[in-house]
Amino acid sequence: MTTTTEPGPTAATAAGIEAVAEVARRLLPADGVISDHARLRTYECDGLAHYRVTPALVVMPEDTAQLAAVVRACAEHRVPYVARGSGTGLSGGALPHAEGVLVVTSRMRSITQMRPEDQRAVVDPGVINLDVTRAATPHGYYYAPDPSSQQICSIGGNVAENSGGAHCLKYGFTTNHVVGADFVTSDGDVVALGGDAPDTPGYDLLGAVVGSEGTLGVVTSTTVRLTRLPEEVRTILVGFATTDQAGAATSAIISAGIVPAAIEMMDALAIEAAEAATHCGYPEGAGAVLVIELDGASGEVEAEYAEVERFCAENGAFEQRLATDPTDRALIWKGRKSAFAAVGRISPDYIVQDGVIPRTALPEVLTAIAELSASSGVRVANVFHAGDGNLHPLVLFDDAVEGAGEAAEEVSGAILDLCIQHGGSITGEHGVGMDKAKYMPRMYTDEDLDTMQMVRCAFDPQNISNPGKVFPTPRLCGEVPGRHKGAHPLQDAGLAEVF
Amino acid sequence: MSAPTLDTTAREALASACAAVADPDGRDGHDDVDGVRPGLVARPTDVAQVAEVMRVATAHDLVVVPRGRGTKLTWGAPPTRADVLLDLAGLDAVLDHQAGDLIVAAQAGARLSAVQEVAGSADQRLALDETVPGTSIGGLLATNTSGPGRVAVGSARDLLIGVTVVRADGVVAKAGGRVVKNVAGYDLGKLLIGSVGTLAVVVDATFRLHPRPAAHTWVSAPAATPAEAQRLTQAVLHAQAVPGAIEVEWPRDAQGTGGVVSVLLEGREDGVAARAATVRGLLGAAASESTDAPAAGAAYPWDTAARGDERSLALKCTFALSGLADVLGAAERAGARVRGSAGAGVVYAALPPGTGAEEARAAVEGLRRATTARGGSTVVVDAPAHLKAGLDVWGPVPALDLMRRVKDQLDPDHRLAPGRFVGGI
Repeated sequence: MTTTTEPGPTAATAAGIEAVAEVARRLLPADGVISDHARLRTYECDGLAHYRVTPALVVMPEDTAQLAAVVRACAEHRVPYVARGSGTGLSGGALPHAEGVLVVTSRMRSITQMRPEDQRAVVDPGVINLDVTRAATPHGYYYAPDPSSQQICSIGGNVAENSGGAHCLKYGFTTNHVVGADFVTSDGDVVALGGDAPDTPGYDLLGAVVGSEGTLGVVTSTTVRLTRLPEEVRTILVGFATTDQAGAATSAIISAGIVPAAIEMMDALAIEAAEAATHCGYPEGAGAVLVIELDGASGEVEAEYAEVERFCAENGAFEQRLATDPTDRALIWKGRKSAFAAVGRISPDYIVQDGVIPRTALPEVLTAIAELSASSGVRVANVFHAGDGNLHPLVLFDDAVEGAGEAAEEVSGAILDLCIQHGGSITGEHGVGMDKAKYMPRMYTDEDLDTMQMVRCAFDPQNISNPGKVFPTPRLCGEVPGRHKGAHPLQDAGLAEVF
Repeated sequence: MSAPTLDTTAREALASACAAVADPDGRDGHDDVDGVRPGLVARPTDVAQVAEVMRVATAHDLVVVPRGRGTKLTWGAPPTRADVLLDLAGLDAVLDHQAGDLIVAAQAGARLSAVQEVAGSADQRLALDETVPGTSIGGLLATNTSGPGRVAVGSARDLLIGVTVVRADGVVAKAGGRVVKNVAGYDLGKLLIGSVGTLAVVVDATFRLHPRPAAHTWVSAPAATPAEAQRLTQAVLHAQAVPGAIEVEWPRDAQGTGGVVSVLLEGREDGVAARAATVRGLLGAAASESTDAPAAGAAYPWDTAARGDERSLALKCTFALSGLADVLGAAERAGARVRGSAGAGVVYAALPPGTGAEEARAAVEGLRRATTARGGSTVVVDAPAHLKAGLDVWGPVPALDLMRRVKDQLDPDHRLAPGRFVGGI
């Protein structure tokens, strides 16, 4: 695995890393700086384990000032850095840089403010997503974005990836729920973006930073919007013979003007895997299941439930089960949220794909995926957010079989092409990261990508903040402004002569 | 005011770049940008022409100010110069409406009302209020207007899913797309919203739609003091009544006694009735109910059609939700009339035409102090030129250095609407 380093850190050397390490050792506790090779290897990948790079240095700052000092040292020595929360990302967005520093935020884990009267909480970047909801629930609130990994993923990682989740159909993504942040620029300065109130004057830099996958800088203390808990929640598990029927039921629900909190679909293979792993009690013999969640005021939820039940029945549902208590609801969701890992029960290896199509293209695209699977002999299990057309095909293979990995990659890539052909996207929530940078030119023109990279040049002219991610080719940013003009600081200090 | 004179070659190049060019209409300052007369008005009818105008402007070093329907052209700070007024009214098509996918795409010059008409044919709506009559999609994005409905679904930043722009150098680029869920690449749309035309020329935009609710009702109640208005607002926010809007009007009458808090409930008929009963209970015995919006609807508390010195001193105040009473108190002290979204922490304040410079400065300072103390800001939306000149229009802006760097990358020659935005951007 190599990363493209031009025009950034070609000069990064052992001397630069050592200079950053020195700063870190001076400011951080001894166990917060890791340079021992064996221990560095612990951090060689994120949630996408087939990319592995051992970082040159790992630092675990305890506050914004320490983190900013490390980034400032990186900037001075032109050493690339990669921020990492819990390392659950699925696109290699937090893949370390071999000649760079991995900045791990797991020691920044305090919820510093909980203000239900303002519908705001202020949290450190390493705070676990679900812990925000746990802290807000006694006040009658929760944090709406709920990626499947919410029990372990961090808010900082969510901000970087603009994480979604099952409930973003109704409630939106991380970008709709993060209103302010302390932001460490690629110079190591700390600036406030956004705030408690909406519509901060000036460009919406926070809007650009959320979802930029750590390529613009690092967010630390983050102000999030809290959402009032709904009066009632109803979760329904519905069994269909085919995905077409389940898709038709979904269309009927949306067309009727109902916006459920979530509509999730799984096909037969995904159901088989989930059942084997979690015994979630999904309907036997189903070709597809829908998990539909309705929430809101009691009267409305009840009326909508009656309509949803009717739409499902009209479209061939053979079993409908309403969760009767929180345990039952949790079990239904467990089957869905553990689907990725569950596929490990039925296949030694698999690729988790993440693409988006306009929801109305669902039947057509599912048929095309089935044809791809049949013609290639590669099995594909489908799990997806049916309400917003976000597909997660799981492409199954056995790496021990020669050529199987390549065949799976090919099918996986062809699925993305289907998404693009239908006017969709190459990623709905897992991000571009390292994994999909090569697909970006299929979705965007050179001019589109060039325009995005102008923003990157504004934020990170040295190309040191998570370089090599998102864009297939870095853009030259021209003159680097400010303090980095002239001789390299190491040259100035007489520590090195040539880079 | 005399217009800058464009040399003949520049005029000819612009004339061949787009469908029509014209001298500015000087009679009533119709084509002026907040008092600055443009040298020429260019009226392209497609994206290629917009790109060509920008290329000509680059070749001839001309400053360009984009205009949608011209309903808010006096907002922000005046530009330092305006060689070309780029009139986008000719790009007025509603390009696409996919009812099943709940999306709509429209060109920058299309009026919001035209988009609503198309979406409405499928019982859907773009959940953005028409706060200024006749506003275009491009103008709405450039000024980031919002109304009562933002409590439920947010503002433009929560609904815009794709955008096409023409850069200052004439390059056409897009970001986002046609699907609601999409994290591929940077979300450039966010940077463009509220950028007053200073980063790039938006030529079309794609939005997510929402189903139009079958029923709605407003529950209103008087509040004697700012503290009571806050208490009522907090009670509704903390209930589980899913409000579509929580508006405050202050004061409620010419005598200046107290104000009104109004709550919009939308949804299914039976559900709305039940939630309205809950909210009536929360707002007290004096609460009343009506399907009509409070008198002003989504309108700002000033006359948006007024021009020149007839304009009010118009302010936008934002704050953390629990700062409502402080902000209303500060407005009362400043003699400002307030209307806006108590439930979102965004209200608008106005002092009448004829307000003196001292009074204006004191009002802005007082409200800015109150809002910044509660995590927000006060921006001068509009004011007569002589007042604006003496006021800090945008107030303190953090991260200004990063904003300048973004501007310098996308528009290195400061060709687009220079001087209109924060820090002189």
